[in-house]
Amino acid sequence: MKIYVCIKHVPDSAVQITLMAKNQIDESVTFLMNPYDEHAVEEAVRLKERIADCEVVAVTLGKEGALSTLQSALAMGADRGVFIKTDDPPDAILTAKLLATAISQDGLPDIIFTGKESIDSQGMQTAFRIGAALDIPVAVNVAALSLDWDSNQVSNQNRVLAECEKSGGDRDVIEMHLPCVIGAGKSLNLPRYPTLPQIMKARKKKIKQIDPDSLGIEKPLASMEILKLQVTTYKRKNRILEGSPEQAVSRLIKCLHEEEKVF
Amino acid sequence: MTLTTENNAKKIGILIEFENGKIKKAEYGVITAAREAGHELYALVTETEEIDCRESLQIYGIEKIVMLSSKPEHLKQNPVRQAKAIIMAMNHFGIHTLCGLTSPWGKDLLPRIAAALDAPLVIDCLHVNFADNIAQKPQYSGKTVADIKVRGTYYIFGIRPNVTEAVEAPCRAEIIHFETNVDSKRFKVKDVKPGASRGVNLSEADIIISGGRAMRNTENYKILYDCAEVLNAAVGASRVAVDAGWVPHAMQVGQTGATVNPKLYIACGISGSVQHFAGMKTAGIIVAVNTDPDANMMRNCDYGITGDLFEIVPIFTRQLKEVPELNQL
Repeated sequence: MKIYVCIKHVPDSAVQITLMAKNQIDESVTFLMNPYDEHAVEEAVRLKERIADCEVVAVTLGKEGALSTLQSALAMGADRGVFIKTDDPPDAILTAKLLATAISQDGLPDIIFTGKESIDSQGMQTAFRIGAALDIPVAVNVAALSLDWDSNQVSNQNRVLAECEKSGGDRDVIEMHLPCVIGAGKSLNLPRYPTLPQIMKARKKKIKQIDPDSLGIEKPLASMEILKLQVTTYKRKNRILEGSPEQAVSRLIKCLHEEEKVF
Repeated sequence: MTLTTENNAKKIGILIEFENGKIKKAEYGVITAAREAGHELYALVTETEEIDCRESLQIYGIEKIVMLSSKPEHLKQNPVRQAKAIIMAMNHFGIHTLCGLTSPWGKDLLPRIAAALDAPLVIDCLHVNFADNIAQKPQYSGKTVADIKVRGTYYIFGIRPNVTEAVEAPCRAEIIHFETNVDSKRFKVKDVKPGASRGVNLSEADIIISGGRAMRNTENYKILYDCAEVLNAAVGASRVAVDAGWVPHAMQVGQTGATVNPKLYIACGISGSVQHFAGMKTAGIIVAVNTDPDANMMRNCDYGITGDLFEIVPIFTRQLKEVPELNQL
């Protein structure tokens, strides 16, 4: 079985974001693996631990620094890496085409994992675009996954059951034929922390570096371009309501009712 | 710079989403936002049951209501078939711009449509300039807002709930039935498992009351539910409470949970991490209840009460019951 996991190198969720140019953030902050992608890697590695003859390949697209996120996936248990290196990361339309092409040039995927979204651009679409590029089914926000794998079957006879989280915690149980794309949600599993020996061992694992131009993809007609970024500020009134609990609450209700008119 | 002729869409399609047999309230805000462009508005309805939505849609300026269906494989609950049917309708009626809510349904359906059409998609838009096809959306968990210019033949936008106040603009709507025969051979919805969380959907709620670390256990959330009932609010939680297993993940507000945009957010015993703010910083009014006056939430709220939530919240609930406006609901 062959599993690909697409991962993204993103700024740590705890850092302050400042701007370098009108459409460019200052990237001299801590970057790490997109949190949802950790769940994707974890699920792939768990399948590998259960299934004989299974290879997990981590794939990323990004600048030089993205190599460290690829190393993290290898330390978690991925077998090898594919690194599409670019100094100018493209929009989601082109990114998905590059990922899909790099994967299909590398091997025949049975499952492609991604995170359900990335916490930087929050485009929420790459998994679907990879699926469309390869003409395979997609499920995202997957909270539970079960796989009936019979290596003697041709791939598309094998199926997965994916539970996808919807509103109010409802879950759609979806059956898909392999190959398919799974967008990992947070409830899927608890990602492991690699041990030091695993981190050391990961450094010896192979990483294939690819120049995006070598993938031979024509520039798509459709595009999404960031014209401008603004750092958001929300001015709050910051009125601390004094008095006894009864008084404070009654002042709060007066403010919400008469000034803010929320009810 | 070269000047290009923009393919300005003359018709805007709007995905109509239902909840408990009624059009979602937040949908009227989407229609109002799309109406600003001055184009003809097509409502696209994928519900299989015949729901009379003409009255409610034409009040907000919808001129055409397209009732989609499919035989023999119906559209109900199957996003793959729904996406295919919507694309067929878009092509049939010449709709090049499509809008929907950034709801769980929209987050699943809109990217399927965009991916199949190889069209640009901006999800979670705060505003869309339909004339120039520029959408504003939060990135970096709400720390920045990006202006994104989309180019292509089709333009697809997911609108964040509650960003536009719904305004009526009555007209007469025509109902058009559009039958397809779409399938989804490699993707089947086998079952729907009901969720553990009760009440209103967080991402579209007008009022949310959330509890954090100070809640201490599952049972204590009852005082928040009691308050929520009076306010007609949804109950949320911080990551700490979810990780501790007190409440399900569907209730989590923040970076790795739900992004919410209510008129009023009441944070009870929540310290206010960067990650929590990422999910609720666009709230209209933030109220904090915390024993620690220096908690980040207390420093970044509109109204704060320093005190124990177990004392404050029940008083709040009791006093709210005396507000006549709330009792008319």
